[in-house]
Amino acid sequence: MTAAHLLVEGVFGFFATVLVVSALGVVVARNPVHAALFLILSFFNAAVLWVLLGAEFLGIVLVLVYVGAVMVLLLFVVMMLDIDLAVIRRGFVRHAPLAATVALLLAFEIGYVFWARHLGLVSLAPPLRPGALPNTRALGLRLYRDDLYPFEIAGFLLLVGVVAAIVLTLVHREGVRRQDPATQVRVDPARRIRLVDPFPKGTTGKNGEES
Amino acid sequence: MTFDGIVLSPEDLRAVVRTVGAVVLTTVGVILSVAYLTYAERKIIGYMQARLGPNRVGRWGLLQPFADVFKLLSKEPVIPDAASRAVFVGAPLLVLTPALAAWAVIPFAPHTAIAPINAGLLYLLALTSLGVYGVILAGWASNSRYALLGAMRSAAQIVSYEIAMGFALVGVLMAAGTLDLGHLVARQAPNILHWYVIPLLPLFFVYFISAVAETNRAPFDVVEGESEIVAGFHVEYSGVMFAMFFLAEYANMILVSTLAATLFLGGWASPFAGLPWGLLAAPGFFWLALKVMILLFCFLWFRATFPRFRYDQIMRLGWKVFVPLTIVWISLEGVALWYRVGPWFAR
Repeated sequence: MTAAHLLVEGVFGFFATVLVVSALGVVVARNPVHAALFLILSFFNAAVLWVLLGAEFLGIVLVLVYVGAVMVLLLFVVMMLDIDLAVIRRGFVRHAPLAATVALLLAFEIGYVFWARHLGLVSLAPPLRPGALPNTRALGLRLYRDDLYPFEIAGFLLLVGVVAAIVLTLVHREGVRRQDPATQVRVDPARRIRLVDPFPKGTTGKNGEES
Repeated sequence: MTFDGIVLSPEDLRAVVRTVGAVVLTTVGVILSVAYLTYAERKIIGYMQARLGPNRVGRWGLLQPFADVFKLLSKEPVIPDAASRAVFVGAPLLVLTPALAAWAVIPFAPHTAIAPINAGLLYLLALTSLGVYGVILAGWASNSRYALLGAMRSAAQIVSYEIAMGFALVGVLMAAGTLDLGHLVARQAPNILHWYVIPLLPLFFVYFISAVAETNRAPFDVVEGESEIVAGFHVEYSGVMFAMFFLAEYANMILVSTLAATLFLGGWASPFAGLPWGLLAAPGFFWLALKVMILLFCFLWFRATFPRFRYDQIMRLGWKVFVPLTIVWISLEGVALWYRVGPWFAR
């Protein structure tokens, strides 16, 4: 085992542990803002694990998109919520049995998938490492050359979604006074300012004296 | 050196020492630059307003930044009673860390970067989009209305201008065909005509103005509009933690200026490259530093010149002017790429 291997194992262990702990934090944290922060932390650690797998492009994009954009907006919403924590916890005892059943069922299913050899997961090949080709280039070739049409169709569907969301939330209000920068810039000073002679005929400007 | 079958070769050790040394050197360099950027700001704006600026500590006031630092370090850090303590203390760190970590991929001179990774530009985009967290969390954790309002303004502004900034970077990407910052500069190096500022002039302006907005500097400083919300998101901060926000703001200014110089103005390449002028035509760190200083001077100049933008004007400029402008220019660039126009798009 070389030092490099040990380093990779150590880094993996550290970030995987933090990932699991912060994922737990998302569920356990009482304050919704703290929960959102734990979620950001777990995205980060997941990104590091991807980089360790040799998928540095995906790792960085995970940070860029989810941490840099999606979570900022989510945090916005969560910060604006005025949540009474007591109200949320009120039904805890009543719902606990049902929640425990669901949790146990989930745990059993996950365990079954992991340990069941007959599902064939154990014999799956490890993820392919792009050899000499840089990660970014390999992905680009795949998306823009091999699978161009599915990729473009997905992009078009997203565009439709964006337009639909905007149209659904668009509200026309009457009587809103808007500024039009174009007309503001095109204003003619001669029509706005009237030059007045401060000393009308017969005065000098000194108090009440006639010239 | 071996223990338990682990082999740590001398090469590994040397690489570790070299990397740590480079990191320390860069960090200290950035912090010292920040110190003297504050001095330059006060001097330059002072002269622009017919004042002298700092002139008491040291000759010509040259030791003023250190006096400021010692003052801030010796002050008591006050944490408001109803603040969310962990987040309150962590927020300045969240602002400062990306501002320093981003320097890892900057090519300071030919073949000189701490981490010359092939997705360098993407790494920078990811890191610079993180700074907004520190601002939002500082505003929220302070449990103060002014701070929360400042944080809201900041978040909306940074998220809006990030889009225009990202599109401007897409333009550079298309021209260069690489995410590796070292290659990106090397492609501009042959002579001044190869600099991307020439084919991408509108994108350069969009990038630089967005950079001013992203760093919350005047005239885009509604985030800390003193006359309305006192000091915005960091109104409750004092002492060391305030110093960290300050350090991050100025480190970010230097970072975005360095990026503008690297992406559009040829980075370490000499403007006289290709001419038989010996040392003047040689590439090097000196040229990068000079370009960054010119851009930083513009930052200070803006602050002394322009009145603050109104909030709706900021949003209008970002969404209705910059985003469409970048999209149009990127389409034109696509055509230019197809027909391999000029020295920039010839492959």
